[in-house]
Amino acid sequence: MADLRSEFVGIKSPNPFWLASAPPTDKEYNVRRAYEAGWGGVVWKTLGSEGPPVVNVSGPRYGVIYGADRRVLGINNIELITDRPLEVNLREIKSVKRDYPDRALVVSLMVPCDEASWKAILPLVEETGADGVELNFGCPHGMAERGMGSAVGQVPEYIEMVTRWVKQNTRMPCIVKLTPNITDVRKPAEAAKRGGADAVSLINTINSITSVNLDDFAPEPMIDGMGTHGGYCGPAVKPIALNMVAEIARNAETAGLPISGIGGVTTWRDAAEFMALGAGNVQVCTAAMTYGFKVVQEMISGLSEYMDRKGMVSTSEIVGRAVPKVTDWQYLNLNYVTKAVINQDDCIKCGRCYAACEDTSHQAIAMDEDRTFTVKDEECVACNLCVDVCPVDCITMRELAKGETDPRTGREVGDYANWTTHPNNPSSASFCGLRPAE
Amino acid sequence: MTNSQLTPGVVPGRLSPQEYDANFADVAPPLDAHEAQVAADRCYFCHDAPCMTACPTSIDIPLFIRQIATGTPEAAAKTILGQNILGGMCARVCPTETLCEGDCVRMESEGKPVEIGALQRFATDRLMAAGKHPFTRAAPTGKSVAVVGAGPAGLSAAHRLAMHGHEVTIYDARPKPGGLNEYGIASYKAPEAFASAEVAWLLQIGGITVMQNWQMGRAGDGTLDDLLADHDAVFLGMGLSGVNALNLPGEELAIPATDFIAALRQTEDLSTLPIGRKVVVIGGGMTAVDAAVQAKLLGAETSTIVYRRSQGEMPASEHEQDHALGCNVRLICNAAPVAIHAVEGGLEVEFARTETTGAGLRKLDDTFRLKADQVFTAIGQTLGATPAEIRLAGGKIAVDGAGRTSLSRVWAGGDCALGGEDLTVTAVAEGRDAAEDMHKFLMGE
Repeated sequence: MADLRSEFVGIKSPNPFWLASAPPTDKEYNVRRAYEAGWGGVVWKTLGSEGPPVVNVSGPRYGVIYGADRRVLGINNIELITDRPLEVNLREIKSVKRDYPDRALVVSLMVPCDEASWKAILPLVEETGADGVELNFGCPHGMAERGMGSAVGQVPEYIEMVTRWVKQNTRMPCIVKLTPNITDVRKPAEAAKRGGADAVSLINTINSITSVNLDDFAPEPMIDGMGTHGGYCGPAVKPIALNMVAEIARNAETAGLPISGIGGVTTWRDAAEFMALGAGNVQVCTAAMTYGFKVVQEMISGLSEYMDRKGMVSTSEIVGRAVPKVTDWQYLNLNYVTKAVINQDDCIKCGRCYAACEDTSHQAIAMDEDRTFTVKDEECVACNLCVDVCPVDCITMRELAKGETDPRTGREVGDYANWTTHPNNPSSASFCGLRPAE
Repeated sequence: MTNSQLTPGVVPGRLSPQEYDANFADVAPPLDAHEAQVAADRCYFCHDAPCMTACPTSIDIPLFIRQIATGTPEAAAKTILGQNILGGMCARVCPTETLCEGDCVRMESEGKPVEIGALQRFATDRLMAAGKHPFTRAAPTGKSVAVVGAGPAGLSAAHRLAMHGHEVTIYDARPKPGGLNEYGIASYKAPEAFASAEVAWLLQIGGITVMQNWQMGRAGDGTLDDLLADHDAVFLGMGLSGVNALNLPGEELAIPATDFIAALRQTEDLSTLPIGRKVVVIGGGMTAVDAAVQAKLLGAETSTIVYRRSQGEMPASEHEQDHALGCNVRLICNAAPVAIHAVEGGLEVEFARTETTGAGLRKLDDTFRLKADQVFTAIGQTLGATPAEIRLAGGKIAVDGAGRTSLSRVWAGGDCALGGEDLTVTAVAEGRDAAEDMHKFLMGE
């Protein structure tokens, strides 16, 4: 079995699966259960400053998006940071860390945006024996309105400033958790790096309204007839998170900055994908909230089996391996041509490929009287929609060999060539059109 | 309970009240809302869906299932009923395994179809429970139509004609409307008087008068000519009122299975219905299965279907055969009746073993006798008396694709008309399509 041991910014854990700072990590009771179930690490739910804790609503705090059979695809929440007294959390953190020295325990923090507040809390956390801190610059609801969470995360200068305060006031590794509620995630990541962050973690939740109650005409989750935006997470946000992780990993300014990947990790495969795009480890919340802590056992066995199959001995062999393959559209090979091929033995004749192609794509699938569906190569642009909508995965893409003629264009498949040199590109030297008079 | 399953002869009350209730409860209990959601989620929303093609009434099945999945079962019901006004009954009695569900693409991928019949019932039950009738009549046309027979074909035609604004009178030979839905199908397929509730719901459209106990050609009732004199057009949907004869010595000792089933359907308290200790049913179709199963459920000690050909040739579907075997009905194939003998203490049916040859079915010398207290025959039904002037073909009323008969202003559909399988759903389709053609005719199109 592959060795899943992980070291992230110097913090060791038996596997790269951590629970994210979120409702599942708010209490000693939950965290102990998580460790017992096999989680490699935990980021304790965000602590605030000393004094009266924040309060949460006492009505529904989660909204949900379902797929077929009520499968949870996304959850949004309007829960705030921990609503338990700071000293209680600190005591429990110390107790848990003492009993589970081999597991990672990082403490998430969110205090007001002044140096004194950070100076005050850091020694208290250090004293627990925790392995590190994560700065919550991400929560998009409630705390943001008080000048914390994503209100900080949306201003790179604040991120840099606070990160610097933290690094100046503690020996603990510092992970900066980023909000996705921005236009270019590279900017806050660069700011964190400038401030001295040891790593970034992302994504925090996405601002969202999950549903509208059509009887009461109010957003859900609904509190006494009213609703508010909350943070969206779960499988539905994974593609957004993967892109943001990749953007930071391949950005020259932040390349090499450790990343803890967060956003809809549900299976070992999701975790491996985040890692391949540059995440040193992953953090999980929604999968645990949906299925319980036991899901980590599938992640452990799945990643091990995958690594064994690939002959990998360390998770570091996965980390960042796909980053060089992420590029900009303009560098994609425009001479790469594929055609959809339907495996007639596996086809169940549902016709979804046909409906999708005929109604919304390029009319490249023929349907005959006995419901045999075949691809018309002369029309197929290889968009992949048929593959995407096929319920039994019986459609594949065949790559045309170099020199083969594409029946759609009548042109032979040539060597690699991209948009930068394409004759239709006004910026290319070989531009075939008229340039505007200068 | 004075009698038991072992009481000799033909006696009532062989079971406890609880056993009667359990035996005649819904054979396929309805889906609850969660079950319907799970079932609906399995539909792939196929393009030009094979299930829809397989449905004789062409219900847009993917659409109605999507409407259930999105929480609008009444819209789903309207999708169903717009094509098949007896969609509630069809959801219960259709041999879905050979129709829509048999062609579901999930059969190809997993061997388990989407539960289309159960979902159809879920939607139609909800609409009917709400007491809603989603169709309204067009402005009156001033035209009048006679419909003969209040079975599936007649009801379907009548509803469609009334919807188009015509005045409809249904003439029906039985005391209650519904035809085979009321008198023919197995009790456990549509318990709780569903058939009559469905007719009452259907008649909410308005513009339909039902005249019961009226038989065409019977003195005092009327003839086809009378109907043509009183109405602008006539639809014949009187089904098959006759039964095939065995043509054997002792055949008077047998009872048509259809009579047994009709009596059962009209018996309020099943503990009062006498049933034999040993029951033999001759035949191999749905009626044979329905009779044999219900005999068993009424407390017969043994109930045996004897079919002259092989099991694979039985007209009853595999699903029906499995149901019978699951109810401990015995099945004997390749045996044809030779005679029915009255013996001391009951009857004996004498059968000859058969073999299929190039020249057809041949009785062998090898014979055996089965003891019986009751013998039911289910060897096919025949058209009753019809007006002499109407053209017949294959023992049924000859019709063209739109249900037009050889007579002007007369249409026919359902089991009495040529073409299509003798299924409720086929009768509904034929009634509907004939009504559309009649409407065009009546409006001079």
